Amino acid sequence: MQKIGVFVCWCGSNIAGTVDVEAVAEALKSVPGVVYSVSYQYMCSAAGQKLITDAINEYKLDGIVVASCSPRMHENTFRKTAEAAGLNPYMVEIANIREQCSWIHKDKEEGTKKAIVLAKAAVAKLKNDKPLKAGTSQVTKRALVIGGGIAGIQTALDVADAGYEVDIVEQRPTIGGRMAQLDKTFPTLDCSACILTPKMVEASQNEKINIISYAKVEKVSGFVGSFKATIRKKARFVDETKCTGCSLCMQKCPSKKGKDEFNMNMNNRPAIYIPFAQAIPNVAVIDPEQCIKLKTGKCGLCEKVCAAGAINYKMEDELIEREYGAIVVATGFKPIDPSPLNEYGYAENADVVTSLELERLMNAAGPTKGTLLRPSDGKHPHEIVFIQCVGSRCDENTERGKPYCSKICCMYTAKHAMLIRDKYPDTNVHVFYIDVRTPGKNFDEFYRRAVEQYGVDYIKGMVGKVAKEGDKLMVRGSDLINNQQVEIAADLVVLATAIEPDPSARSIGTMLTASMDTNDFFTEAHAKLRPVESPTAGIFLSGVAQGPKDVPETVAQASAAASKVIGLLAKDHLVTNPCVAESNELMCNGCSQCEKVCPYGAITYIEKEVRGPGVREVRRIAQVNPAVCQGCGACTVACPSGAMDLKGFSNKQIMAEVDQICL
Amino acid sequence: MNNRVKTLTETALLISGVNPKKCMKCGKCSGTCPSYDKMEYHPHQFVSMVEKGQIEKLMNSASIYYCLSCMACVERCPRGVEPGKLVEAVRLMKIRQQDANHKNGNDIARIADENVPQQLLMAAMRKYRK
Repeated sequence: MQKIGVFVCWCGSNIAGTVDVEAVAEALKSVPGVVYSVSYQYMCSAAGQKLITDAINEYKLDGIVVASCSPRMHENTFRKTAEAAGLNPYMVEIANIREQCSWIHKDKEEGTKKAIVLAKAAVAKLKNDKPLKAGTSQVTKRALVIGGGIAGIQTALDVADAGYEVDIVEQRPTIGGRMAQLDKTFPTLDCSACILTPKMVEASQNEKINIISYAKVEKVSGFVGSFKATIRKKARFVDETKCTGCSLCMQKCPSKKGKDEFNMNMNNRPAIYIPFAQAIPNVAVIDPEQCIKLKTGKCGLCEKVCAAGAINYKMEDELIEREYGAIVVATGFKPIDPSPLNEYGYAENADVVTSLELERLMNAAGPTKGTLLRPSDGKHPHEIVFIQCVGSRCDENTERGKPYCSKICCMYTAKHAMLIRDKYPDTNVHVFYIDVRTPGKNFDEFYRRAVEQYGVDYIKGMVGKVAKEGDKLMVRGSDLINNQQVEIAADLVVLATAIEPDPSARSIGTMLTASMDTNDFFTEAHAKLRPVESPTAGIFLSGVAQGPKDVPETVAQASAAASKVIGLLAKDHLVTNPCVAESNELMCNGCSQCEKVCPYGAITYIEKEVRGPGVREVRRIAQVNPAVCQGCGACTVACPSGAMDLKGFSNKQIMAEVDQICL
Repeated sequence: MNNRVKTLTETALLISGVNPKKCMKCGKCSGTCPSYDKMEYHPHQFVSMVEKGQIEKLMNSASIYYCLSCMACVERCPRGVEPGKLVEAVRLMKIRQQDANHKNGNDIARIADENVPQQLLMAAMRKYRK
């Protein structure tokens, strides 16, 4: 017969307010197997834990039930207490009488009854508990960062700073991401390139950081501490080790019809190109869609002019396989395409632009060399209308856009308006807004400056229609404060478009089995307390991949993710969770159901000789890799023959709990 | 909200199928409305006034007849509130209670001219009192 101790926590008045804790402790005394039962104000306190330790020693307890808060809060605390007192830590069961009882009930009598039932169920489970031993697994001391924008760069720099190797995998030919495309940054108006490019250089010069650009992660297997990734490095047709970035090839290339992605497709670029002057790596790349040589076999001009002999038309994709201890997702964002919102006429009018396009139109390295000119006729605009919340804050059931606030648009619009009024004082700037949201250090002051010092005309209301009339864009919208409908003859209309996760995020999320929300943003392990970790162990989140955020927030989160990565890589071994699935060889019928439902790829099928009473044959059976299994239990439910069971949560244990509650 | 106001509001919501609480008060409907200048109450006000139970004001305003039912506001509303359907509903409520303007039997004695034939009065009441 087991000797069980029951410890009922008051949690101050949190539990004791709605549950008669003394009555619970008293009722549990009569349960067979329970030799000691007591209640105490704060079981998690040092005094409370001592109470448990003393009872284990005095009554030679085999297992304990703590009736307290959720196991997510203090299961670890009490396991450690039990272990210190010489008990197997997995002989501890928690009855959650706070979140699942006292907090949700008002009637003390009912609450007490339920608490007693929950505690008895925990005792019933404990009677079927077996001591478990946690294993260990190795940690590969290298991190993979997916995405080379400011988020990925910052995380990589911080991880490298701690002495660990980092690979940055970037899908574009250069790192830098969206921030490289920005002209200025709010609220200080620093030149974006001036603060970003030193970091890009730092990353490229750091010997611990390996930048794999123009590449994508194709496959990931393994688990926390030992992931294995296959990375496809696309053919650049230019030898990275030889190219000096002289850009002579760009000048000579006769194909000039490629769209310049860096400038939001607003001008053309040659088929061989370096995305922008400060690109890292500063190495050319050939666009196979545009290259005459690759398409027709004739041309080869770039090869002739290249003094370094870096051009190689026969280059093929390269597959790189590496092992990592941790993976950071820093896949970033893109602005939505506002064409479906046809009242704005984005698809029809060249002078209706998105904010990111405006960034390029105002940037010295942009298509207009920094002079603000209309895309249609190259004239100076004198009447500019900004429209906020384009595709943001929409009802989920409409096709109008995203349900969330994109967070950065209010501030970048204020920035644009201010910069234009500063540089071109003869230009009138109107901003249609629903709400101006400026929570952030010095943010509201910045917005007020746009209004009060720079005379930007903020109109509370939305735009209903943008229509072309001659060379003007007639913008009709409402002015809710003046209770008027207004019409402005504008030269340029700028849409503060919503942002959405980069299209690559979904497939990366699936590959990593990292959960995402309905908008394809990565979900954090805990919305408040674990904001940079994915619920999947070993996967960390950095930047807009997790949700809309501005540059300072992105950098802060990137460093936070790095600190979590460092914490993981600093360990030589990881303690694995012993509550993993286990297959009974004799009962397994080899149907593969469990393999199909396993979200972690922990189950494989092997041919094995099975021996049992009257059985001795080679069968195809399921085998669980305990290092990969996360103990979710999906396989135990899927298994039609009852062969699969979860240690610590066996079918027998769960049925014992259910019986206790229902019978 | 008294009972009458409550009934009217519920009727408007029932007929239109609109939930005015979804409105984020962006004013896009009014920015888009071609009859804006002719209306005493503008589309965004319609939504707000229905939510606050001011249906009678709307029923007695000419605004409900200036709406062209072009449904541009319905098409463009980012929150799927569909103000045009509310205008339509209030207009319908007005039509449905047209007979409320007519006399009931107890008022007749006070206003009837003795020269008016009884037969005519009866016919009038039968005709309008549905």
